[in-house]
Amino acid sequence: MSATNYPKLTLLVMVLLAVLPPLFYFTGQPFYLDLATRLTILAIAAVSLNLILGYSGLVSFGHAAYIGLGAYAVGIPGYHAIYGGLESWGLASTSGWLHFPLAMLIGAIFALITGIVCLRTKGVYFIMITMAFAQMVYYAIVSIKTYGGDDGLTIDVRSEFPGVSLDDPLQLFGVSYVVLVAVMLLVRMMVNSRFGMVLRGAKGNNERMVMMGYNTYRYQLTAYVISGALAALSGALLGNFTTFISPEMMDWTRSGELMFMVILGGVATTVGPVLGAVAFILIEEVLSTFTIYWQLPFGLLLMGVVLYSQGGLANILGQWRARRALRDASQGGAAPEHKL
Amino acid sequence: MDYALFVMQVLNGLQLGLLLFLVASGLTLVFGILDFVNLAHASLYMVGALVCASLTLVLGNFVWALLLAIPVTALVGWTVERLVARRLYGRDHLDQVLATFGLILVLTTLAHLIWGPQGISVPLPSWLKGQLAFSDTLIFPIYRLVIIGAGLLAALGLYVLVTHTRLGMLIRAGASNRQMVSALGVNIERLFAIVFSLGAVLAGLAGMLVAPITEASIGMGNGIIITAFVVIIVGGIGSMKGAFIAAMLIGLIDTLGRAFLDGVFKLFMSSDAAENSAPAVSAMLIYIIMALVLAFRPKGLFPPKVR
Repeated sequence: MSATNYPKLTLLVMVLLAVLPPLFYFTGQPFYLDLATRLTILAIAAVSLNLILGYSGLVSFGHAAYIGLGAYAVGIPGYHAIYGGLESWGLASTSGWLHFPLAMLIGAIFALITGIVCLRTKGVYFIMITMAFAQMVYYAIVSIKTYGGDDGLTIDVRSEFPGVSLDDPLQLFGVSYVVLVAVMLLVRMMVNSRFGMVLRGAKGNNERMVMMGYNTYRYQLTAYVISGALAALSGALLGNFTTFISPEMMDWTRSGELMFMVILGGVATTVGPVLGAVAFILIEEVLSTFTIYWQLPFGLLLMGVVLYSQGGLANILGQWRARRALRDASQGGAAPEHKL
Repeated sequence: MDYALFVMQVLNGLQLGLLLFLVASGLTLVFGILDFVNLAHASLYMVGALVCASLTLVLGNFVWALLLAIPVTALVGWTVERLVARRLYGRDHLDQVLATFGLILVLTTLAHLIWGPQGISVPLPSWLKGQLAFSDTLIFPIYRLVIIGAGLLAALGLYVLVTHTRLGMLIRAGASNRQMVSALGVNIERLFAIVFSLGAVLAGLAGMLVAPITEASIGMGNGIIITAFVVIIVGGIGSMKGAFIAAMLIGLIDTLGRAFLDGVFKLFMSSDAAENSAPAVSAMLIYIIMALVLAFRPKGLFPPKVR
């Protein structure tokens, strides 16, 4: 149950995501490419959140902090490369080979330090503590006036890679897409490995796994650190995409939106977080064209999803196919039971 | 260290602590009895402040507006319980968090529609405006003392209500064994609605009291909800005593940290380094305290005995 996968659906979504945005770009609608890039980057963060939320049952409400940390790992070295300072630390650079590993390292370290404390707690404590630590990062960045504080920081030069220019929107999308696929494959591989089995086992019944001799705390901490590093990676991409970063991007409402993507798309599925990100971006875009009060229908939708749906979009789409197959087989016989 | 400045900052810390207690006590009450995580608690704080601000403008008197805003906030809380919260009791905490997150968006946007994006400043009556001079250097605004007094009064009232009344007895009984209370013939649905509305009033009261200092605005609840979470985590979720002690602790540490940390840092580092690092560290201070408390007591300082 916890490892439900929809291989055909996954393939379809990923092929569409690869083909459609460039198509829009070449037919003179670069706006949709930008939308797809943002979607792809958010999907990376959602996939990383799914590793701990979906497969390990660790409800982290602070994932936006890692996105912010990753973005500042691009912004701060870039800032010093232009305005001086920190040369002796080797941190004044516009090289992507510094920015991206640095982002992942910082994400991993922050996840390690906070994870040691958070994972000692359970349930609602865990939710609130991850939220509080994320807010701590938020306030820390706000208080550092060198990097703009509340006003944010403009990234003047995007991360530089030899042979690839992130200034080109198509290449930025391509890089984001490749990273998304790589992260999806990595998470999938981990989840199906012995490591992932222990995580999923601990989600189902932690005591049982402990009794069987597994130190589940260590497994969960490892997953938490990996998830943090991957989310920070998406943050580094997001910084390169928006070229403007501010503490606002790690506000706890951003974390809530990420959770929404994972839950709406379907927890503990490979494609769920991507579907969730697609749905979120579509909802946001469509609703905000109708009304500036788009958060009202969005909030109602969120409550509706929680109250009336289970298993998310991946499940609904998967079930729809299964139901149709069943109906075809029974040739108009008794309608198959609606399974929730 | 300047003695008068220190006393003033302690008073400021107490004031913040009492406001935090009002918000956190409702949160911990609702969680302790209904087993319900209400992220939208801070929206009720905002609603209280906005209702009070509007009523002040209509009635021309802050005190009457506040007294009238209390039942209005209770009504809003009651409605929220009826329409949303009630359906979420007994659900997974994750569901509760997500649904109440949606509720925040709804309530915030509704408030935006009703009151507009601008903050509303709340004028105080003249007798609350002045400052009280304890000595030449020790001057403190009267209204802040009033907040401290009102906060203490509310805390005391809550204590009496919970420990010395029949309703309080039911609340305590509901916290330790819900099924048993229900089996004894108590209308548990009504009790839950009352508890939820009480929580709403406490949060709303904090918003009303703070409105004349900051102003009533749409986003005012976003910051305080996390601090209230820190308070109830440190105090132990579900414990009223824990919430009070932790609120005072967090209020004082936060205020004193912001005021004096750079001075402390200057004792052992260059004044440049101190001035650069102190704001960041003082912003993180309460979270560091939270982490330290949890490292030794994963269930907070005063975990409730029965859950």
